[in-house]
Amino acid sequence: MTYLGIILTYVFVSNLVLSQFLGLCPFIGVSKNTESAVGMGFAVTFVMSLATLITWALQRFVLVPLNIVFLQTVTFILVIASLVQLVEMAVRKYSPPLYQALGIYLPLITTNCGVLGIALISVNADYGPMESFLAGLSAGIGFLLALLLMSGIRERLDTEKVPKHLKGAPIAFISGGLMALAFMAFDKALLSNIIGG
Amino acid sequence: MEDILRILAAFLSTSLFATLLGLGLAVASRRLRVEKDRKVEALFEALPGLNCGACGYAGCEAYAEALASGADDDASKCSPGGPETRAALGEALGLAVEESGPRMVARLACGGGDGIAVREFLYRGYADCEAARIHFDGDKACKYGCLGLGTCVKSCPVDAISHTDDGLVAVDPDTCIGCEICVAVCPTGVMKMIPADAEWFVACNSHDKAKATKTFCSAGCIGCRICERKFPDAGFVVEDNLSRLEYTQGMGDGVEGAAAACPPKCIIKIKD
Repeated sequence: MTYLGIILTYVFVSNLVLSQFLGLCPFIGVSKNTESAVGMGFAVTFVMSLATLITWALQRFVLVPLNIVFLQTVTFILVIASLVQLVEMAVRKYSPPLYQALGIYLPLITTNCGVLGIALISVNADYGPMESFLAGLSAGIGFLLALLLMSGIRERLDTEKVPKHLKGAPIAFISGGLMALAFMAFDKALLSNIIGG
Repeated sequence: MEDILRILAAFLSTSLFATLLGLGLAVASRRLRVEKDRKVEALFEALPGLNCGACGYAGCEAYAEALASGADDDASKCSPGGPETRAALGEALGLAVEESGPRMVARLACGGGDGIAVREFLYRGYADCEAARIHFDGDKACKYGCLGLGTCVKSCPVDAISHTDDGLVAVDPDTCIGCEICVAVCPTGVMKMIPADAEWFVACNSHDKAKATKTFCSAGCIGCRICERKFPDAGFVVEDNLSRLEYTQGMGDGVEGAAAACPPKCIIKIKD
């Protein structure tokens, strides 16, 4: 697949949140206001890009040569979790402003299923290093997009009259479901029309 | 046999891998440690460390950081810590902190325990006041009283609230830190803040009319105004069918007489 195809696929067609339903926990938890949604979105993008690259290397140079691909999931979780911790420490030490912006969200996504999800997806799709990195990056951007849209909706929902039993998370899930319906318009056919595949 | 060996090998190699990563992280955390601001640490030490949020920050550390950076110059926001904490904070910051009012504690304004307040139906749902309130505003006929399911008990950061034998809750005034979390979570609003040294208290929250209150609960304030009219110096104010004691007007003479004259006996002595 071309690079453009990968970007379009993971931002729109296979949007992690809205069509694969991964990473719903931060999607509901951190979408209450735009500011934190953007912070979380960039933190996730950052981690996903790194994680797909690292897990690609792990798969290519360790798991496949040693013929232990069955340990894929567990080693990926370990590597991603430690990677996030390490990145958090490094950012805290060397870039306090970046830590202020992203740092508090980093521990929240150590074992986010979306991060593991995109790592497994790109490994299973047999991507090369550049393609893996791009898949992670665009999946993160897709997540950021979903979170940003959702936070906009939820900020408006706060001032709307919502029936009591639907207040908070329930109405958020319903709105998320409607957004997922809208995202179904981005399908494989549309993709092949655009990139001519 | 070979399968078992394979499983064992996988188990061992994964454990080894995880241990290595853990060690790596431990080394990295040593290497990349960030020296914390001394001032923040001193302020954090002075705070009670309850992370109750009464100051308006996410926790004690956030408040300490705001104080240290100068983003917040009010060192008297920590109500749980009391005067000692304020003094310690002031010392750490190098400024004097003004004393603000008497220590306030929460108190349950309801005397309608089992056998006193009438129940309209048997609630057997999830043991949470908010859950009970969703069902016809709770099982008690009086919609202002304590539902007794203990949402406040669960929310109290210092475990000062406990269930009583008669189906209500009680706040231990010595343990209470005055954070007002219970006041905020109580769906009927029956928790009130009163000065810790208050001697008398109107233990009712019912705004129903006298006739309704009488049928609902034998310990409910009927708004008869005897306390307000006959004992004007005592500081009782009756509003919206409910009497309350104005502690600011000085716990004047006649509170005792008012308590004796109160028909439902809902003015109670809470301290000797």
